[in-house]
Amino acid sequence: MLSVSITRRGLGAAIAFVAGVSLLVDSLVIDSSAQAATALLNVSYDPTRELYKAINPAFIADWKAKTGETIEIQASHAGSGAQARAVIDGLSADVVTLALAADIDAIVSKTGKVAADWQKKLPNNASPYTSTIVFLVRKGNPKKIKNWDDLAKPGVAVVTPNPKTSGGARWNYLGAWGYGLEKFKGDEAKTKDFVKAIYKNAPVLDTGARGSTITFAQRGLGDVLIAWENEAFLASEEFGKDKFEIVVPPVSVLAEPPVAVVDGNVDAKGTRKVAEAYLNFLYTPAAQAIIAKNYYRPAHPEFAAKEDLKRLPKLQLFTVDQIFGGWAKAQKTHFADGGVFDDIQKQ
Amino acid sequence: MSDALAPAIRIAATRRVTEEAPLTRYLLIGVAVAFLGLFLLLPLAVVFTEALTKGAGAFFATFDEPDARAAIRLTLLVAAIVVPLNAVFGICAAWAISKFSFPGKSVLITLIDLPFSVSPVVSGLVYVLVFGSQGLLGPTLSSHGIQIVFAIPGIVLATIFVTFPFVARELIPLMQEQGTVEEEAALTLGASGFRTFLTVTLPNIKWGLLYGVLLANARAMGEFGAVSVVSGHIRGLTNTIPLQVEILYNEYNIVSAFALASLLAGLALVTLGIKTLLEWRYAGQIAGRRRH
Repeated sequence: MLSVSITRRGLGAAIAFVAGVSLLVDSLVIDSSAQAATALLNVSYDPTRELYKAINPAFIADWKAKTGETIEIQASHAGSGAQARAVIDGLSADVVTLALAADIDAIVSKTGKVAADWQKKLPNNASPYTSTIVFLVRKGNPKKIKNWDDLAKPGVAVVTPNPKTSGGARWNYLGAWGYGLEKFKGDEAKTKDFVKAIYKNAPVLDTGARGSTITFAQRGLGDVLIAWENEAFLASEEFGKDKFEIVVPPVSVLAEPPVAVVDGNVDAKGTRKVAEAYLNFLYTPAAQAIIAKNYYRPAHPEFAAKEDLKRLPKLQLFTVDQIFGGWAKAQKTHFADGGVFDDIQKQ
Repeated sequence: MSDALAPAIRIAATRRVTEEAPLTRYLLIGVAVAFLGLFLLLPLAVVFTEALTKGAGAFFATFDEPDARAAIRLTLLVAAIVVPLNAVFGICAAWAISKFSFPGKSVLITLIDLPFSVSPVVSGLVYVLVFGSQGLLGPTLSSHGIQIVFAIPGIVLATIFVTFPFVARELIPLMQEQGTVEEEAALTLGASGFRTFLTVTLPNIKWGLLYGVLLANARAMGEFGAVSVVSGHIRGLTNTIPLQVEILYNEYNIVSAFALASLLAGLALVTLGIKTLLEWRYAGQIAGRRRH
């Protein structure tokens, strides 16, 4: 349809345009290649964005003071399970700071890039901070949600991410399950019905914890968000304390997000020393104070500011080891293909 | 006299047959305009108003962020690599398909269309499965220190994949319609193959080529799904503009998210503008040729 012979002027203009664009691109690209410092890649889960944004400059300054080296820290955040998958597929993380031990175990078993005894290499089961699972409800708590029981009641719309892809979602699920076991005196069948009733109230499962927070807080869906404690605080701070209330159940799960050096990658890149220093830095007084400031529970509360600690409520916490016999077992029983969660999802 | 009137009458009659009643016409125009307004103009307006809710200062501050600048640089770099490659591939493919016949031609046409029918997420996953460290070529590549996925090469490959059909699809019908007569004439007159391409074929297809390039460019800069799978989401390194928009939105940074999104929307508008301008200039050329 468009067939006329080209004019010299038109061709010239086109060439000039392309040349101009490529010059612009060149200048922008050269600008980026000017940096050549050692870079450390921290592959982390969804809600730690703000935490590591605060910790990284502190570590960079600390490392510079100790060694004189200027380093750069790169961050990648997404759902914990998806991030583990990316590291398995070759994302060259120097350290992983994920939501739960099972995701780092997956890297161990699929690639061997992380040492099998990784959880013994750092204090506190390699968790420099812990957290727990709480509820975020709309102001005035119109559905009167006080405890896990209230999530299973008919007519309550629950927002929680998908345990298949999100680490936080698995903690949410185990929190409900652990509460159920306590309430029904260890009766597995009754507990399963109870957890099933909660998920019946949760028709939409986002892929990551932050996605669920956006669904609840920004898009206004649901009566209650089951969330990381830090995520609940952050959302109520971000969207205004007049809009939401945090409800702390009397009993919940102690969530231990672990960290590990990815040995296979740091040895290839020659970054082991700085990667190990980075993870050790998380246990120092300076980092522990930042951790508490960002609404996580520090491994060493003595280093945190008192007013930061005061915000974190006291509640009865059970661990995955106590109730489920460790993450490997919990993962296999509940979240593997054909596990209890799949069974619950079948209507 | 009646002979002279006959064509006019015939034209009038034809008009009456094809022209709808005024009510139908207005209804159709109304539906089209309302649909466009609701599904195209309104979201576009929302992007710009959301970006400016906190004033021009906050809007422009977005572009001072190192991560945002890195995303813009990466997006431009990817487009600068992908679009020229696609133009060359597209011309080659269209040439092969339209100018001569060979066995397996219909297979080639189907293959060119493949990226249109495959979900972008799958296109991304394919590269992870081939180049990932658990994949087909991954172990060999990584033993030589070559990183494809979760780095810029992977993003470029995924973008090439999803934009491949744009130039070829634009050119194939055009070149088929034009046939090989003009090229044959040039060759008969003693022009070399390359000269024939430059002075006969290229001028014939330039508007189709330009249109294909513009479309490919818009898609290359705006692609989300395939790039998201192979990106690794490293801040300031492997996030393109669409990925950075999602990150900012998920960090409750709504103004910056929409400011960056407005850049993409602006880009689309500029693309549209260039296309319209060129068509307008091209129309002028035709008129000029007719006068002579």
